[in-house]
Amino acid sequence: MNGPWAQASEIAAAVHQRHASAGEIVSAALARIARFNPALNAFTDVLTERALERAQAVDRNDAKGALAGVPFAVKNLFDVAGLPTRAGSRINRDRVPATRDATLISRLEAAGAILVGALNMGEYAYDFTGENVHDGDCRNPHDRERMAGGSSSGSGCAVAAGLVPLALGSDTNGSIRVPSSFCGIFGLKPTYGRLSRAGTFPFVASLDHVGPMARSARDLALAYDALAGHDPDDPVCADRVADKLMPLLDRGIEGLRIAVAGGYFRAGNFPEAQSALARVAAALDAKIEIEIPEAARARAAAYVITASEGGALHLDRLRKRASDFDPAVRDRLIAGAMIPAAMVVKAHKFRRWYRGQVLELFARVDAVLAPVTPCAAPRIGQKTLVLDGIEMPLRPNLGVYTQPISFIGLPVVTVPVPTEPLPVGIQIIAPPWREDVALRIAQALESKAVVRAPRPALG
Amino acid sequence: MDSHTDFIDAAARVLGLAIEPAWKDAVEANLAATLRLASAFMDFPLPDEAEPASTFTA
Repeated sequence: MNGPWAQASEIAAAVHQRHASAGEIVSAALARIARFNPALNAFTDVLTERALERAQAVDRNDAKGALAGVPFAVKNLFDVAGLPTRAGSRINRDRVPATRDATLISRLEAAGAILVGALNMGEYAYDFTGENVHDGDCRNPHDRERMAGGSSSGSGCAVAAGLVPLALGSDTNGSIRVPSSFCGIFGLKPTYGRLSRAGTFPFVASLDHVGPMARSARDLALAYDALAGHDPDDPVCADRVADKLMPLLDRGIEGLRIAVAGGYFRAGNFPEAQSALARVAAALDAKIEIEIPEAARARAAAYVITASEGGALHLDRLRKRASDFDPAVRDRLIAGAMIPAAMVVKAHKFRRWYRGQVLELFARVDAVLAPVTPCAAPRIGQKTLVLDGIEMPLRPNLGVYTQPISFIGLPVVTVPVPTEPLPVGIQIIAPPWREDVALRIAQALESKAVVRAPRPALG
Repeated sequence: MDSHTDFIDAAARVLGLAIEPAWKDAVEANLAATLRLASAFMDFPLPDEAEPASTFTA
């Protein structure tokens, strides 16, 4: 095994073969978290006692699961028994502690994985930067003066820094994909309704997804196979068989028609995003360029639904505890609560029309490539982006390429391109329920060493 | 863009929100940005029969 850089699949294999114990692995992860987290600020809660007890149970059990001994952590909007589910906020700390774990935590632990902590995030998931006024900003492990990306900031940081090989995040408009891009790791935002959200604090019910983040495509597949399956506790979770991805992972890309998204997705890219996309497209021999129709309107409609549902969700807290929010989040939520209903209804009507248009595209291609973020990680506190001499606000523009995709729930694997000095991600977008296609492409790129999670020097 | 001050004051009353004077400019800027984005699809022609993409099934 490869010390802190061991992948989940390698850890599980070592535990199966009794080359390592879950106790040793979890103790090493806890020691690494204690050493490096103060400078990175990825973890908000470390569950030392629970993790060590759980590791002992895994070591005692002769039946080892597919994730035996794999330490993992979760964005702190996942319920963890005994903790108030803070969702990056100050207000939620006053909630009664959760009485049980979120469904996806239980599923990973049923496969032998071990929860070691809860992770920093942007307040109430309304964030792409990883900045947090209550818990402190999460740092990018490749350059601590730079953003980790949000809102699953701690998930991106902890995985990239080798504190854990696997984390869970959530993605409403890009919150798995943006930190995966900035931190240089692999992230899977599955099809809307594919993985259970039961026991997670919501943001925008119409758009919320949850998924795994890791340092390889194989680990995403391994985690997905443990996570997928119907859950009656999440009304949106599909009652639909999920094929196991591990047996499909190494099938290669022969016969797959892979296109690059043009038009909207070509505009506004910084050179690092352009070069990363070119490298990935060349490695896949993806020569077709397609236009995703009305992507700008799709992004606008996602923005309006997000503001409106977010404002409605938090209305009572805005009435009673407005001054306890991060002011930037509060002012967006207040404005969101005031959006006329006619606009939200139209956005949902547009959503279905746009879905039909995009599904027609997938009759001609099997997957589409697009940037995740317009640039690599900006500096913490940076407010604007300057591209071709034009200055634009940073926060809303970090999601311009992710929002039109999650708007209609398409599955996406984000792959890290090790550009210098900072990595940047590319989206591999597949039709609904075809996580397998996106992951096969990610695996092919990884086997060609075109994409990989770079290892930061943490000192 | 016209000021939305009157609209914000009225909506805040209806919603039971107390907006402190120091927050008003930011709320207004956020509302203006959201309404500007809404205008990007509000004039997009769709038939009366177009179904919203809601997910509820009975």
